[in-house]
Amino acid sequence: MTQRRVVVVGAGMGGLRAAEAIHKAGFDGETVVFGAETHMPYNRPPLSKDALAAEPDPAALQFRVPRHAAGVTWRLGEEVVASDLDARTVTLVDGQTLRWDGLVVASGLRPRRLPTPGPSGGRHVLRTIEDGLRLRASLTPGARLLVVGAGFIGCEVAATARALGVEVDVVAPESVPMERPLQHELGAALRRRHESHGVRFHLGLVPVEFRGGAHSGDRVHSVLLSDGTELATDVVVEAVGCAANVEWLAGNGLDLGDGVLCDNQLRVEGRTDVVACGDVARFPNLLFDDVPRRVEHWTMVTDTARRAGQSLAGHLTGTDGAPAPFAPVPSFWSDQYGLRIQSFGAVGLGGDDVRCLEGDVDGEVAMGYFGDGELVGVVLIGLAGRTGHYRAQFAARTPVAAA
Amino acid sequence: MRVRVDLTRCADHGQCVYSAPEVFSLDDEGRLSFRHEADDEYISGELDESLRDDVEEAADVCPLQAITVQD
Repeated sequence: MTQRRVVVVGAGMGGLRAAEAIHKAGFDGETVVFGAETHMPYNRPPLSKDALAAEPDPAALQFRVPRHAAGVTWRLGEEVVASDLDARTVTLVDGQTLRWDGLVVASGLRPRRLPTPGPSGGRHVLRTIEDGLRLRASLTPGARLLVVGAGFIGCEVAATARALGVEVDVVAPESVPMERPLQHELGAALRRRHESHGVRFHLGLVPVEFRGGAHSGDRVHSVLLSDGTELATDVVVEAVGCAANVEWLAGNGLDLGDGVLCDNQLRVEGRTDVVACGDVARFPNLLFDDVPRRVEHWTMVTDTARRAGQSLAGHLTGTDGAPAPFAPVPSFWSDQYGLRIQSFGAVGLGGDDVRCLEGDVDGEVAMGYFGDGELVGVVLIGLAGRTGHYRAQFAARTPVAAA
Repeated sequence: MRVRVDLTRCADHGQCVYSAPEVFSLDDEGRLSFRHEADDEYISGELDESLRDDVEEAADVCPLQAITVQD
């Protein structure tokens, strides 16, 4: 009998953790991980924070390979471009195919690019080490940086750039930074903090034209905003969200509308031999409800990878049991100006009912987000000694039943 | 089995505490309590094998990857 094989598509943190979990759960066959990037799995959050302030060091960012993943075959710089779930194959960019008995979808995200017309020189995104190195090289003291997008990545880049002595303008359509994840009151408070560090916001606006040379590769010298303002700039960062890398799954009848649809055990809909994890997985977290959602939190990558690996190993080893409901506590953080912003729960499930639980919004604060009178999310700024207390509010919840 | 924590990398996220509460804890200021015992690097005493899953999980979920499990 030939050895059975698991193929993992994506060599980021999710691919690594899923490979680890599969073998930890007793799968003793072969695991092959394909990565479009040439690096071993590495840690991305520092790329907008400390690693950008210093200079991204691939060796320092790389994850250790844990003992259960020691036998994994890493095929880096090899991108999977297609798959046939019925034939159980993946296809590489050179047309080569590889058979599998189990498949892990860990292909992650790529940054969205602005459709704004104009030259492209000096326009950056931030997802990979190479992105970080290129951007870092442009952030020289006195340079003028335009950040498009006021989410966490945009705001972290703005904060890091200010520390490097860079002039920073932020353009975004929202009325306050981080409005969607934190809502208005906290976003407004964080805007004041950024402004006290010299960041200039242009909110409720979008860029409509980049201006510079006449050729597409020429450098951008200024940007025209939707109110007619023209801002001079040397460097542009497009931090306008990401798209899921699911094109290689097309043609298999899957729901790929926003990542790949999974059940509560991270099995891709209708399959026991295909699982997904990390940013690309749309799954119901039964902590609050049974609605499938994609989650772009760092901690959720490991949570989903571990459960996906267990689900797949259970299928491959014939030890499918009755797994516990998957109901991890959502959690994310952001570091800006030496301040830790820490969230637990699901702020987005709350309505307009936002209450200060302790502290004050311009100092250290705990904000509570309520839906139907029930606490569904907490965001802390500072108050490091209170994280355990607030996380416990959600860890103690009883999961809902699966749909 | 021991755990080693690089306290120069650790940023007191506390994720390890949720994974391995018998090994890791935060003090009242939210700082890793091992900081009271060491400056740059903390190495635990011999840990019971029954804690292996928990401490391996703690090493995995550390945002700064500051924890190593040593045999």
